[in-house]
Amino acid sequence: MKVGFLINPVAGMGGKVALKGTDGEDILRRALELGAEPAAGARAEEAVKAFAESAGDCLFYSPSGAMGADLLKKYGIRTEPLFEPSAHTTSADTKRAAKMMLDRGVALIVFAGGDGTARDVCAIVGESVPVVGIPAGVKIHSAVYAKRPGAAGILVGRFLRGLAKRFASAEVVDIDEEAFRDDVVRARLYGYMKAPDDREFMQDRKTGSGGAAAEEAAELAAYVAGCMEPGTLYLVGSGSTTMRLLERLEVDGTLLGVDAVMDGRLVGWDLTEAEIKKLLAGVERERRALIVTVIGGQGHIFGRGNQQLSPDVIRMIPKKNITVIATPAKMAQLFGKSLIVDTGDSSLDEELQGYIPVVTGRARKMMVRIS
Amino acid sequence: MNNLERMKRFHQAKWNEPIIYEISEPGARAVLVPGPCCECTSAEEAVASLPSAMLRKESPKLPEVAQLQLVRHYNHLSQENIGVDGNIDIGQGTCTMKYNPKVNERLAGDAKLSEMHPLQPEGTAQGILELFYRTGELFKEISGLDVFSVQPGGGSHGVLALASIVRAYWRDMGEENKRDEIITTLFSHPADCAVPIVKGYKVTIIQPDAEGYPDIEAFKAAVSERTAAIFFTNPEDTGIFNVRIKEFTRIAHERGILCCYDQANANGLLGVTRTVEADFDMSFFNLHKTFGAPHGCGGPATGMVAAKKELRPYMPVPLVEHSPEKGYYLDFDLPKSCGKIKSFWGVAPVVVKAYSWIMSLGAEGLREVSRVAVLNNNYCMKKILAIRGASISFPNHRPRVEQARYSWQKLKEDTGFGTADVQRCVADFGTHYWSSHEPWVIPEPFTIEPSESYSKQDIDDYTAVLAEIARMCYEEPEAVRRAPVNSTVHHIDHDYFDDPAKYAITWRAYNKKYKGYFEPR
Repeated sequence: MKVGFLINPVAGMGGKVALKGTDGEDILRRALELGAEPAAGARAEEAVKAFAESAGDCLFYSPSGAMGADLLKKYGIRTEPLFEPSAHTTSADTKRAAKMMLDRGVALIVFAGGDGTARDVCAIVGESVPVVGIPAGVKIHSAVYAKRPGAAGILVGRFLRGLAKRFASAEVVDIDEEAFRDDVVRARLYGYMKAPDDREFMQDRKTGSGGAAAEEAAELAAYVAGCMEPGTLYLVGSGSTTMRLLERLEVDGTLLGVDAVMDGRLVGWDLTEAEIKKLLAGVERERRALIVTVIGGQGHIFGRGNQQLSPDVIRMIPKKNITVIATPAKMAQLFGKSLIVDTGDSSLDEELQGYIPVVTGRARKMMVRIS
Repeated sequence: MNNLERMKRFHQAKWNEPIIYEISEPGARAVLVPGPCCECTSAEEAVASLPSAMLRKESPKLPEVAQLQLVRHYNHLSQENIGVDGNIDIGQGTCTMKYNPKVNERLAGDAKLSEMHPLQPEGTAQGILELFYRTGELFKEISGLDVFSVQPGGGSHGVLALASIVRAYWRDMGEENKRDEIITTLFSHPADCAVPIVKGYKVTIIQPDAEGYPDIEAFKAAVSERTAAIFFTNPEDTGIFNVRIKEFTRIAHERGILCCYDQANANGLLGVTRTVEADFDMSFFNLHKTFGAPHGCGGPATGMVAAKKELRPYMPVPLVEHSPEKGYYLDFDLPKSCGKIKSFWGVAPVVVKAYSWIMSLGAEGLREVSRVAVLNNNYCMKKILAIRGASISFPNHRPRVEQARYSWQKLKEDTGFGTADVQRCVADFGTHYWSSHEPWVIPEPFTIEPSESYSKQDIDDYTAVLAEIARMCYEEPEAVRRAPVNSTVHHIDHDYFDDPAKYAITWRAYNKKYKGYFEPR
């Protein structure tokens, strides 16, 4: 088996010196000036330790030196260096490595970094090859990362031994670092990658209802599509769960944008805030509806990946016409947590507090607190 | 040899037993059926006397096997089996795998019962009808409710009966179309959510709060003029008894909502508290679980329905009644009934076993059952929580009733092995372990329910097995990866169980899906 492995050696450096991220060369320079030390290698090592004995005959492709090859060799893993990265590695090195791994036909890509690294890998790889993320960055909002480096290593080990056979679409989310430094959180959904679905693998299947995530999403989409009323304008938010709904409706919507559907037809595509307002203004208040899903492991329904759904837009729609949909698997990951709204308007956030029913499948809802 | 050593040296029997169709030989017979009795002249003539529509065109495809080969076949299968009678069966939490006294099998197998026909006139079935009736009388005391039906053939079927009664009630009230929602809790049995959906309801699920109780604020937000009923299990599958249960029924009743109590597993409550004390309108009890009749592996069983007398008009028909003039009889005169839930009147042998079990124990005995079940569980919990890597769900809420849901999260974090790995290892000790049904929100879950049947030694032995497996996870990971080695089924590809295109539960389906796919065994 061929496996790609890369470390973003500068990931995480901004964190300890309170820079909230390390994206961009200027920030990296400031981090170094403030005395930041590379930490990603040590995080990646925890993971490598956990899968080294499962590596066997597998051939690992990795950039030389601190971007991966040194660490793999230290653990006696068969490694073929891809290229010699520059002294100060950048996002271009990550992308170049990902491209070369794809060209060599790897079955899995393992990478250590943060949300910025995930974005770079995602831009090249998308959902073409499964990935496992080792959390080593400052910002870890993307679902492609395991909870801890050791857990990532265990997951890789399972994959190498042929035990991880199920995969799920995992979000790649990143926040705007510059805005974040000014204490403004602006996040975007950048895409999806295919991650091994360990939760799935570990579940007992006695009842048969542990079904794969894809089947849960299909059931949910079919039910929600069947509940849609004629003459009502439905805004459909971003995310893979809502994308399944659009597919079910057989309309060509967008994965990352906000689309609009009425009477089974697409009436708006990848809408901006202004376009949304114009569309909403064209129908009476009771006929306006919104379908959104939960983005990321944090439980955001507004304020992550859907800024087009601005406070003004949300206020134009009756609260009872806002439907949150999420698969049971997603809700299980959020067990014990509240949903989060972060519209950018704190008085609206306050109005949205309380309990909201989240539709999880055919004729099934779950009461979830928003806070 | 100590018990753990003994269990470690277990080895499962493996006969490579073919499916019975594979040993079928044309013409072979286990029993020669006697010909027609003296009144008829020949088999051909007897067959010719039947209406042609009732005659099958082809012979049924039955296996043809002689008696010795047949006995051997089933003996082999029985040796490849596991169950209450063969192991310390406390690993199948929520299922109450208690010992089922063998004397009750004799009673239920008696020809006086087994030779009865459900269509014989009431006057000739007074004995079994009396038994049904008297079982109801016993449940008046056990549940505090008034009317009973033993018609449902299992626990989920009992939920279906309750949902059917709810629908019949709201139809009568003229609100059937308006009241289309049911509320249940995340840790109620999954059937309390799934079955009302089958009956056409939309179901809203209430999650637990940090203490493990259903979140009452979420419940208040969920009830509305559309709510038809609530379906609550108590204690929930975590083993936590909802002490605020009356608060939930009060809120529901204020809005006229019917309250349905899932008492399928009442093993920790007998003689302690009752449906009526929690102010529920109806409930069901699994006679095949709490009340000493064996589980039927999907039936035949009995999910006995119990309701307040106000709901009698909506009960399944017929109800078993008694009057001095008619004796015991089947009362079909319920025009507003939800109808029949099952053909005929109920699974009589299960009722006989449960009746006998209850009568042999008496009121004080039932209370003792629950007291011992709760004691056993809390003793077992102490033993399990001393095992490295094990923890309990909702750790802030320590007391549990008759079962508890645990977690191997720590073990998984430390070693990479989780509940599925423990499950594979348990098979090597000749015993059984189950990784819990949904909701799968407790990481790496397992649920243990040591009912009253098991001795202190049994619980010590079982928990010693779990402790040994946890030790292996930390110290001998290779052995864990290899397990099971003493069992005959090793690593299983779950895809065959998940994919409808691949699973086959009948010989016909197997032939259809796999002919030419596998080499004959």
